[in-house]
Parts: sequence; C-alpha cells; structure tokens
Amino acid sequence: MTFFIETLIGGLLAGTMYSLVAIGFVLIYKASGVFNFAQGAMLLFAALTFVSLREQGVPFAAALVLTVVVIAIGALAIERWILRPLVNRSQITLFMATLGLSFIVEGLAQGLMGAEVRALDLGIQDTPVMFGDIMVSHFDLVAAATATVLVTVLALLFNKTRVGVSLRAVADDTRAALSIGINLNRIWQIVWAVAGSVGLVAGLLWGARQGVQFSLSLVVLKALPVLIIGGFTSIGGAIVGGLIVGAAENLAEVYIGPFIGGGITPWFAYFIALAFLYVRPAGLFGERAIERV
Amino acid sequence: MSLHTYTLPAPFDNAPVHLVGSRAPWPLLVLLMIAFGVVPLLGSDYWLNAILIPFLVLSLAGLGLNLLTGYTGQTSVGSAGFMAVGAFATYNLLLRVPVLPLPVALILGGLFAAAVGWVVGIPSSRIKGFYLMVTTLAAQFFLEWIFSKFPWFYNNASSGTISAPNLVLFGHDLNTPTHRYLFTLSVVTLLTWVAVNLVKSQIGRNWMAIRDMDTAAAVIGIPVDRYKRQAFTVSSFYLGIAGALWAFFYLGTASASSFDINRSFQILFIIIIGGMGSIAGNFIGAAFISLLPILLSFAGQVLLGGAIDTGQIQNLQKIIFGTLIIWFLIKEPDGLVRLILNLRERLSVWPLRF
Repeated sequence: MTFFIETLIGGLLAGTMYSLVAIGFVLIYKASGVFNFAQGAMLLFAALTFVSLREQGVPFAAALVLTVVVIAIGALAIERWILRPLVNRSQITLFMATLGLSFIVEGLAQGLMGAEVRALDLGIQDTPVMFGDIMVSHFDLVAAATATVLVTVLALLFNKTRVGVSLRAVADDTRAALSIGINLNRIWQIVWAVAGSVGLVAGLLWGARQGVQFSLSLVVLKALPVLIIGGFTSIGGAIVGGLIVGAAENLAEVYIGPFIGGGITPWFAYFIALAFLYVRPAGLFGERAIERV
Repeated sequence: MSLHTYTLPAPFDNAPVHLVGSRAPWPLLVLLMIAFGVVPLLGSDYWLNAILIPFLVLSLAGLGLNLLTGYTGQTSVGSAGFMAVGAFATYNLLLRVPVLPLPVALILGGLFAAAVGWVVGIPSSRIKGFYLMVTTLAAQFFLEWIFSKFPWFYNNASSGTISAPNLVLFGHDLNTPTHRYLFTLSVVTLLTWVAVNLVKSQIGRNWMAIRDMDTAAAVIGIPVDRYKRQAFTVSSFYLGIAGALWAFFYLGTASASSFDINRSFQILFIIIIGGMGSIAGNFIGAAFISLLPILLSFAGQVLLGGAIDTGQIQNLQKIIFGTLIIWFLIKEPDGLVRLILNLRERLSVWPLRF
C-alpha cells in the first residue's frame, strides 16, 4: 500500500510539470485561438538561453530577467510576422504555421547555443523526504510549489489587472473586445510573452531534472493528452489533466507495463485522453461548440 | 378569375456550359514516357537510388495523406505509423508465406494498413479538429511502440530491423536500381491514376463536401461518419504501400524508428508546400522536400567551403524549412501547385496581361 501511495504521489507531482507546459498552451489558445505546437520549442529556447547566460557568469536573477526580455522580443516578432498576416485564417492553418515556427525556434536555439546536453543547477537538492512511511522527492515538492505559485500569480494577473481583464474579454468574444477598443495585437504580444515565460519556468524545472537538451522540446507531445483531458480553454482543466495524466502514467508503468513489455509511457497518456474524448468530445472542461450551417 | 397557362421550359439542347470531356493529357503522357523510357537509361545509380526512388515514394505517401487531409479535411499526424504497418505487414507476409508473389504481398500489406486506418478512423464520428489529430498521434506512438517492442514483427532479429526480402517479380530480379525504380514508378503511376478517378467520383465529391463543412454535408444526406472512415481506410492503404516501398525499395533495411513522428511531419509538409486538395501538388511538394536538403548542403559546401559543420547546416535547414512553411501559409495557402497554375494562366495570354 505504501508503495502504491508513493507511486501515486510521484505521478501527481510529475503531473504538475505537465500542467505547467499545458498552461502555456491554454493561455495562447484562449487569447488567439492558436493551437501552439511551438510551445515545446519555445520552452527549449527559453531554457537554453537561461543556461547559456548562466554559463557566461550572469547572476541568477539577471539571467532570468534577460531571458524574459528575449522571450518578449520573440513574442513581438511572432505577433508581427506570423499572427498578424494570418489573421482570420482557419485554425488548422494557424496550427501548421506554429509547426513551422517550432522548426525555426529549434533551429535557432541549437544553431546559436549548441546541441549538447547542458547541466542546469537551480540549487534544489534531489533528496528524498519522508512523510511517515511515504517517501517523496524533495525536487518534486519544490516543482509542485513553483507551479502553485505560478498559477496563483496568473490567476491574480487575469482577475485583478487591466491587461488581464482585457485578455479575458478577447478570449470571451474577440469581436466585441475589438469594438470596445481593446488592442488585439498588443494582447497577443502579451499573451505570447506570458506563455513563453511560463514555458521558461517549465523548461527550467524539466531541465534541472534531465539536463537542458533537445528532448525538452518533446514535452509538447506529453502536454497534448493533458490538454485533451482538460480541454483547450481551461487553466483549471490543464492542472487537473496534468495530475490525471501524471498519476495514471506512473501507475500504469508500474502495474500494467511489466505485463505488456514496458515502455508504455509514450502512448498510454494518449489512450487515457482518447477514453475521455469518447465520453466528452470537447474535453472535461471544454465548451461544446454548437454548429450552424 | 384569371387563368394562367404554364409552358414548360424549352429543353436545353443548347446548354450554355459544355461539360468538358476527357482530353488526352499530352503533357502528362510525355512526362510518363520520359519517366519510363528515358530516365532509366540516363539516370545514374546514385540518382535513381538516392533521389528518384525516395521522391516517388514520398509523393505516394503525400497522396495518401492528401486524400485524408486535403480532400476530406481530417488532419492526421500519424501517417508514418500507417507506413510502418504496411512495411511490417509486407515483410511478414513475404517471410511467412513465401508463395506470395511480391505485388500480392504489397497489396495485402496495404490492406493491413487500411484495416488499421479504419480502426483509427472510428473516433472521427465523434471527435473533430485538433482533438481528432490527437487520435492519430496516439496511433502513431502506439504503432511505433508495437513494432519496436514485439520481436515477432521483425522476426526476432537482434538489431530490431527488417531487411528487404529477395525482391522478385514474376521471375525477374528487382535488385538493380533501375528495376527498383521502374517498379516503384509503376506502382506510383497506377495508384495515382486510381486516386485521380477516385476524387472525381461520387466518393471524392462526398469527401470534399465533408471537408468544406461536415455539418452541412450531413444535412444534405451524406453519411458523414461512413465517408470519414472510408477516407481513413483509403488513405492508410496508400500510406501502407508507400511504407513498404520506402522500407524495401529505398532504405533496404528499416526499423520502427524509420517511421517516427518526424516522418509524419515530413509528409504533412509535403502536402502543405505542394498543395492541399491537389494530386499534382504531392509530386511537386515531394520534389521540393527531397531536393531542398540536397541543394542546401551543396550550397553550404560551395559557398562556405566546408567551413560550416553539418550540424549547423541541419539547423539552417530547419530554419529555412520553417520559414518556407510559414511563408507558404501566408502567401500561397494552396501551395506550389497554385503558383504553377497561375504561371500557366499568365503564359496562356502572354505577352498580354489580364
């Protein structure tokens, strides 16, 4: 029983990392209707930038600020050269544009900052902590705490600030938001920068775990089932989805994996997502679209 | 009380629009004659092996995906998974049932892929758009996992790979590049001809109606679910055959990782760049995708004289690819094929302008 609970908690904590990646997706999808496949590449780029700055001897806080500045510049460029020319095009077109974007960002990141694995030390020890009989990783706890803080900050940003309210207006009804004078392009820039910064946090946590390397950009594939379960439009859904996927994956790898050859994590999350989809075709928290001819 | 007399309209013996009968497609025939007759004589082994065969197979794969995505509007990122099914099924058929001639094994391999495609298509009745795309992604990962985890599929080879069996067609050895090229070309030509007729038929028109708006298609009485599944099936058949050709006629030795997610994306790019909902677009897109890397590395060699290492060239390639995709989506969403058609219209009235 102890082992089961340990596996479950380990999965839930790993799930918060999935949630972090998924939140970046949800932010962009809500504000601009873009299913951003480049989120993984952005995460890689952000983490690589941060690591490179640290290697040059830049202090931690300064490196963080500089990376956010770089992300903001990237967001401006994306809005100007990709989103604005593609405005009013179908969602599939926008998705494919982000596929192209992910190629550009990956190429830039590796071309400018190298392709080798970089170690990243955030100063968090990865020692086990005991709660009674149950052993939990210290690092996972810190990661979960970071995720909680981040979500709280985002919630405050959206509910208490002027920018946040206009952002919610855009997400709710783009045309109405435009008609009362909200600057849509500015909102897009802000959202992409915020999503990039969320990606930075996720990238740093993942990177500290497994080294900053190309495979970081593949977490985007991990985040997809999370989004499916939670729905593309709900931050709460992204969190719940991440927890479900993390826990289910860990449990399945331990309890089902050995019977069918192991290594089932790449697809197991997708099957959970499919099961959810079959019951609720727009995700757990997604809104069901009404179609008119 | 007035009496109206109604007259029937005159029969349309002089209808304003004449349906164009099938003209003999001369440019196409010339192209085929060159491809069948001249290229094998002139092409060196390198050209046939490393450029023309992969180009043809990728065109076929693009065609398969285009039937599903370009004509029926169901985005799929699982193409490589279906290719893997075709490759592994053909391999096992040839291995375990040695009496099967190559074309039969190839077709059966395609049918296996089609069956898998039918299963993957089932959720399309309830799930749409991005959510459906995730279904195909699940299929991609699941199939890749199956073909690397269960040694039965690759005949317990320690390397986890499948190698081309002895390629024999009715007693003729197919192991020279020229023969393999001709066989691939014949398969691709035949399947392209089928596809052209398919999209012109009732089936193709129903697919396009579903692509344009599936709710509206359902309202006018098209059995949407059935046609979506059918598109998945037909598309997977094409991809399965392309996969078998890719494994045995191009690579020679393949494994599950030859059909990973990047291959799926590559095929998706072929149809974006070539042109969605166009048959010729697949060939143009495939030519572009398979020639661009060669051109780029060649240009890198010439311009920079080897001062730049291959890793950087790959990164540069990625950036150029990404930029081109976005550029196409912005400027020419119908792909290269539209550019060529525009050029032809321009030339038809040259030197005057519209």
